[in-house]
Amino acid sequence: MTSPQPLLVFEHAARAYGETVAVAEVSCAIAPGSFVALVGASGSGKSTLLKMVNTLVEPTGGRVLFAGEDVTSLSPSRLRRRVGYVFQGIGLFPHFSVAENIAIGPRLTGEKLAPARIAELLQLVELDPALAERMPDELSGGQRQRVGVARALAGEPELLLMDEPFGALDPVTRDALGRKVRELHERLGLTTVMVTHDMAEALLLADRVLVMDKGALVADATPRALLAGEGGAVAQRLVAVPREQAERLAAMEGLGEKRG
Amino acid sequence: MGEIWDILPGLGDKLAAHVVLAASAIGLAMLIALPMAVWAGRSRTVARLSLSLASLVQTIPALALLALFFPLLLSLRAVFGEGLPTLGFLPALMALTLYALLPILRNAVTAQANLDPGVLEAADGVGMTKWQKLTLVEAPLAAPFIMAGIRTASVWTIGAATLATTIGQPSLGDPIFAGLQTQNWALVVAGCLVSAGLALVADWLLWWVERGIDERRRWKWAGALVAVVAGVTAALWAQSSSSEERRIVIAAKQFSEQYILAQLIGSRLEAAGYEVEYRDGLGSAVVHGAVASSSIDISVDYTGTIWTNYLGRKDNPGREAMYETIREWEWRTNGVRVLGRLGFENAYAFAMREDRARELGVSSLTDLAAVAPNLTVGGDPEFFERPEWIAVRDAYGLSFARSRNFAPTFMYNALSSGEADVISAYTSDGRIAADRLVVLQDPEGALPSYDAMIMLSPRIAGDEGVAAALKPLLGAISVEAMREANLAVDREDAQKLTPKQAAAALAKKAGL
Repeated sequence: MTSPQPLLVFEHAARAYGETVAVAEVSCAIAPGSFVALVGASGSGKSTLLKMVNTLVEPTGGRVLFAGEDVTSLSPSRLRRRVGYVFQGIGLFPHFSVAENIAIGPRLTGEKLAPARIAELLQLVELDPALAERMPDELSGGQRQRVGVARALAGEPELLLMDEPFGALDPVTRDALGRKVRELHERLGLTTVMVTHDMAEALLLADRVLVMDKGALVADATPRALLAGEGGAVAQRLVAVPREQAERLAAMEGLGEKRG
Repeated sequence: MGEIWDILPGLGDKLAAHVVLAASAIGLAMLIALPMAVWAGRSRTVARLSLSLASLVQTIPALALLALFFPLLLSLRAVFGEGLPTLGFLPALMALTLYALLPILRNAVTAQANLDPGVLEAADGVGMTKWQKLTLVEAPLAAPFIMAGIRTASVWTIGAATLATTIGQPSLGDPIFAGLQTQNWALVVAGCLVSAGLALVADWLLWWVERGIDERRRWKWAGALVAVVAGVTAALWAQSSSSEERRIVIAAKQFSEQYILAQLIGSRLEAAGYEVEYRDGLGSAVVHGAVASSSIDISVDYTGTIWTNYLGRKDNPGREAMYETIREWEWRTNGVRVLGRLGFENAYAFAMREDRARELGVSSLTDLAAVAPNLTVGGDPEFFERPEWIAVRDAYGLSFARSRNFAPTFMYNALSSGEADVISAYTSDGRIAADRLVVLQDPEGALPSYDAMIMLSPRIAGDEGVAAALKPLLGAISVEAMREANLAVDREDAQKLTPKQAAAALAKKAGL
């Protein structure tokens, strides 16, 4: 009983769409402060599982507990206020300025975010506070996703959910933003669950990797353990891709290098 | 064309009525279409049903849609009581609202369907309730498209509202219909100019609202919206200040004779101190019901029309018996008072060129029957199907070499060019006088009579002042005088008169 109370618990959580099973009875617990990556191929059910947490998708079986409470028993708006959400579509409101986008969560519960706080949030994601009055269509893709992250953090959430957050970004931006999110995770003491299909990203950012396949949880291990060959066949197939790429790159570097 | 400028200032009332009608219809259509679109956004069945229904309405010609509300409202009186108006503002509003639904609904539904799913997911993701999502995200993002739909609806409605004239609602259609019937083109052009101008102004203002919303410039859309509201308010104010007490409403169907007689009746009532109002260009089918329901106070109707259309009779008991039966029937069933007959008939008759009639020795239908096998008869497109034709044919044993259909105008041309030897004409038609035609006698009385009668609605049936003012007209108008007046209005040359002038000349001739 030394381990802390988990922040998030999946208890046989399942979701079916008619005959099609998207998520089949997943059970696991996530401790506060952890950075969990949820990895799997397209259609493995990882996004569906994530969306069960903030009830964008309701479970058809089992339960999801957030801080000990069944999420479906909480009012969606209150719940989502406590759970930051970043996703690939970014979903900035095109008719709101950057500042209005960031302030939307608190605004929904009748709280007005001070300009100083908006500036602080923008600085947190390394954006110029002067961008506050811009409209989303005046920003680059990377800037927009940074605003998306700032919006998710504006309500001081206990949990940050990210659904393929960097999927639409170029590799350089993607890498920079990934590091930034990991840094914020540490600095703000967040609990983060990130869905990605990119195992390299998962291994580099997370401290725990869950692998999903056909709706089931097939591996639950640390990045180190996965790299050491644990986690089973599906997980190893996913790990093999970046490892091989890295080896090939290293080999190319080795060939080109003249050692004197 | 200078006269157009003289007509325009007089159209203020019509413009105000037109604005109020069109704005009410669009407003009501928005109240219905926008919640419907929200519902449609959440249910595919509702979307499909509501859109197909609105499209179906759109396929009904506006004129027919307007006319259809008259019988509908009449039957609804069983539920809502006799106070339910069947003509005028209410049916016009209902028909135009239905007409305005489609563009608003379609644009709103399309706008919703095309919203970025990412933005909608974000709205849920940040914790918006359904209502917050609708008001903060869906509505503002769909607003420019919805405004475009409202713009389309406005232009359509302003155009279609001119047709409200035919069901007794004053609008800019009044000068258009009156002008078309009396071939007064300045009146037509003036009405079209004002209605087109109104449509352009509305379109332009709503375009500013649309642009303003799209560019998120509050002053732009708010300013344009203020202008729209100010315009409608001004129209409402102009309308309410002009109609304190109910006036006597005089109907005219869509032909010159009716316009002239309405003016004649109106001028006599005005001379007697009454305030009058004209509802010109009414569809002939709605006039009778309008008088019976007191939506209209005075009309001129014809015995033959009432006999076949409302009493449903096919027999012909003779002129006097027919009139007495109708008078008694109107009073008993509708509370309508038949004040009396004007003295002339607008009946079907057979007409020939004077020289041709003399040459063939024809002066009556009996004479005609003897020579008919060598002659060509011309009639308007429905004539040879009508009971009048069958009655005459059988009574006299008419059998022509050929029968041909002509549009009414060409019927007279065919007679003068010799393409027809005899035609079916209307006895009070001005062209009988103009072309010096001979109307053949009907010794057997086979053709039903079409005596012109003054009809008073139940509302004024007991008003002896009205009766006293109009009684001098009874029996005072000969068919020759009516033909002359009709010709004066229908003719195209310099001697053309307006219905009002022709009415004055007619009054003089009748010794009034």
